[in-house]
Amino acid sequence: MTAPTISGDIAPPDQGPAVVVEGLAKRYGDFEAVKGIDFEVGAGETFGFLGPNGAGKSTTIKMLCTLAKPTGGRARVAGFDVVAQRQLVRRNIGLVFQDPTLDTYLTAAQNLQFHADLYDMDRATVGSRMEQVLQMVGLWDRKDQQVATFSGGMKRRLEIARGLMHSPRVLFLDEPTVGLDPQTRASIWSYIDELRERQNITIFLTTHYMDEAEHCDRIAIMDQGEIRVLDTPEALKAGVGTDRIQITTADDDAAVAALHSVFEMEATRSEGKVTINVAEGERFVPRLFAELGVPIHSVSVARPTLDDVFMSITGRTIRDAEASAGDRLRAATVGFRGGR
Amino acid sequence: MTTTEPRPSTATLDVASVRVTEGGIAQDIRAIKVVMARELIRFRQDKIRIASALVQPVLFIFVLGTALSSVTGRSMPGLSFRTFMFPGVLATSVLFTAVFSAMSIVWDREFGFLREMLVAPVRRGSILVGKALGGALVATLQGVLVLLLAGFVGVPYNPVMILTLLVEIFLLSFTLCAMGLLIAARIQQMQTLMGIMQMILLPLSFLSGALYPVNNLPAWLHTLVMLNPVTYAVHPVRTAVFAHLDAPAATLANINPPLTWMGWHVPTLLQLALVVVLGLAMLAVAIRQFNKAE
Repeated sequence: MTAPTISGDIAPPDQGPAVVVEGLAKRYGDFEAVKGIDFEVGAGETFGFLGPNGAGKSTTIKMLCTLAKPTGGRARVAGFDVVAQRQLVRRNIGLVFQDPTLDTYLTAAQNLQFHADLYDMDRATVGSRMEQVLQMVGLWDRKDQQVATFSGGMKRRLEIARGLMHSPRVLFLDEPTVGLDPQTRASIWSYIDELRERQNITIFLTTHYMDEAEHCDRIAIMDQGEIRVLDTPEALKAGVGTDRIQITTADDDAAVAALHSVFEMEATRSEGKVTINVAEGERFVPRLFAELGVPIHSVSVARPTLDDVFMSITGRTIRDAEASAGDRLRAATVGFRGGR
Repeated sequence: MTTTEPRPSTATLDVASVRVTEGGIAQDIRAIKVVMARELIRFRQDKIRIASALVQPVLFIFVLGTALSSVTGRSMPGLSFRTFMFPGVLATSVLFTAVFSAMSIVWDREFGFLREMLVAPVRRGSILVGKALGGALVATLQGVLVLLLAGFVGVPYNPVMILTLLVEIFLLSFTLCAMGLLIAARIQQMQTLMGIMQMILLPLSFLSGALYPVNNLPAWLHTLVMLNPVTYAVHPVRTAVFAHLDAPAATLANINPPLTWMGWHVPTLLQLALVVVLGLAMLAVAIRQFNKAE
C-alpha cells in the first residue's frame, strides 16, 4: 500500500507501526478514565479493542482519532502525533462510528462526494474511487438512491465505504455490527475480511461480540482504564488453560467418584451431565474412556472461548458488563431515534 | 465464520491512485462550498418546508393585512395596509427561514452527521462559515419566493428594488444564521430547539417594527425596538420598497420615519454595516464554541 500523497514539508512516514501509544492517559477531574496505557498496532494488522462500557475503551479511541486531548503520554497514528499533527492524523484515518453519521436525505453518492470534498481529495480520482468503494460494499447500483431508503446493514456498509473513500492508512470501526441482525453482521464481516485480504490497511475495531473478536489478529482487553491483556485470540484462549469436557454416563455418581479416585479431578454435575475442566481435553478423552470404568454414552469437548478469556480477566462476562450500563443507554437512544 | 452472503465484488482497491491534495485556503473554500451545497440540496428536496414557509407570508399579507386594513385605513391615506406590511413580512419570513436553517445543525448533531463534519481534516470555522452562508442563501431564496407576491399587493417588480432587497435580505439572513449557530452550539437536544426558536423568533420579529410603524410607540416599546438588531435590517428593506411605491410621499414618510439615535438619523449603510458586523461577531463566537467542544 502506498500512503496517500501529501505534498509539502511533511512526508508520509514509512511503514512503521500504524499506532504507537506510550503512557497515554485521560483524566476527567478526579476520575482517571485511561491510566497510562502502552501498546502498538502494526501496519496491516487487524486489532480488536474489547472491554466493558466505562473501561476507557471509547476514551482511548477518541484520543487516537483526535477527538479528545490526552492528559498524559502520547500517541502516534499513521505516523503522526495525535495532538501536534491533528489534521494529518485525521487525513490518514477512516472512521466508522457505532452511531450513524450519514445524511439520510442525500443519496449514497452525495454522501461520498461530500466526504471527498471535506477531505480535499484529488478531484480527478473521486469518481473512480467512489465506484471502487461502492462496488466493494455492493452498493454501486444504489448510488443515486436516498440513504433514507437503505436498510440498517446497507447504511453500515455505506459508512464503511465512506470511511475508505480517502484511502486511510488506519480504519477505525467502533462497534461496526452493533444493532444489526446476525445475517447482516456476517455480511459486514465478509466485507471487512475481504478488505483485510486485499489491502494492507490497518483495522482498529471495538466490539462487544466476543465471537467477532476472533476475526482479529490480536486483541486487547481493557478494564478500569488499563489494558489487562494483549495477545492473539489463540494465545489468550490457551492462556485460560483448560478445556471443558462434558460426559453423560450410565452412572453419574460412579463417574464422579471414579474421576476423583482415578484422575484426581473434581467434577460437577448439572442437567444430567458431568463436567470437568482439563488441559488439552482432546488428548484426555481416550484415557477417560480407557480408565474411567463407567460406561460413557456421550462426550463433548469445548475449547475455551474469548468469553471465557474475558470472564477470567474481568470477572464478568462481557454481556453482564455491557448490560449494566451500555445497553440500557443504547436502548434509550435507539428508542428516541426510532421516533423520528 | 461461515456465511451464505454473496462475496463482495472482486474489484481491487487501488489505493495508490487516490491522492489527497495539499491543505490551505483552497481546502477551506472547498469545504465551505460543499457545506453550502448540502444546504441547497436539502432545501430543494424539502418541498413541504418551502411551501410551509410560504404559508406564513401569505396569511400575514392576505388575511391579517386585509382584516387590519379596515382598522388602519385612516392612518395611511393612499396606501393599503397590505402594501405597508409587505416589506415587514418579507423580512419576517426570511428571519424564520434563516434561523431555522442555521439551527439545522442541531439536527445534524442529533442524527450524527455533524460528527462526519467535525472529524474531517478541515478547520471547523470553514464548516460554520459554510453553514452560515448556505443558510443565508436558502433564506434569500425563500425571500425570492415571497418577492414573487409583490405584484399582488401593489409593489412593482422594479429590478433595482429587487436587487437592493436581495442584498439586504442576504445580509440579514447571514446575521440571523450566525445567531442561530451561536444558539445551536449550546443546544444538545432537539426537544429544546422548538422552544428556544419560539422564544427568540417571535420577540425578534415583533420588536423589529416589521409589522407596524415604529413612530408613536410608547417609550419602553420604542427602546426595545431600537435595541433589536433586526430593526436595522427591516428598516432598509422597507425603505427600499417604499422608494418605488406609487403612494403619497407624506403617507410614506409618516409610516416609515428614519431610525434615530438621540435625534441623529442613522444612515441606511450604517444600519446594514451594523447588521453585518454583529453577524460576523456572533459567527466568530460560534466558531470558538464549536472549537472548544469535543
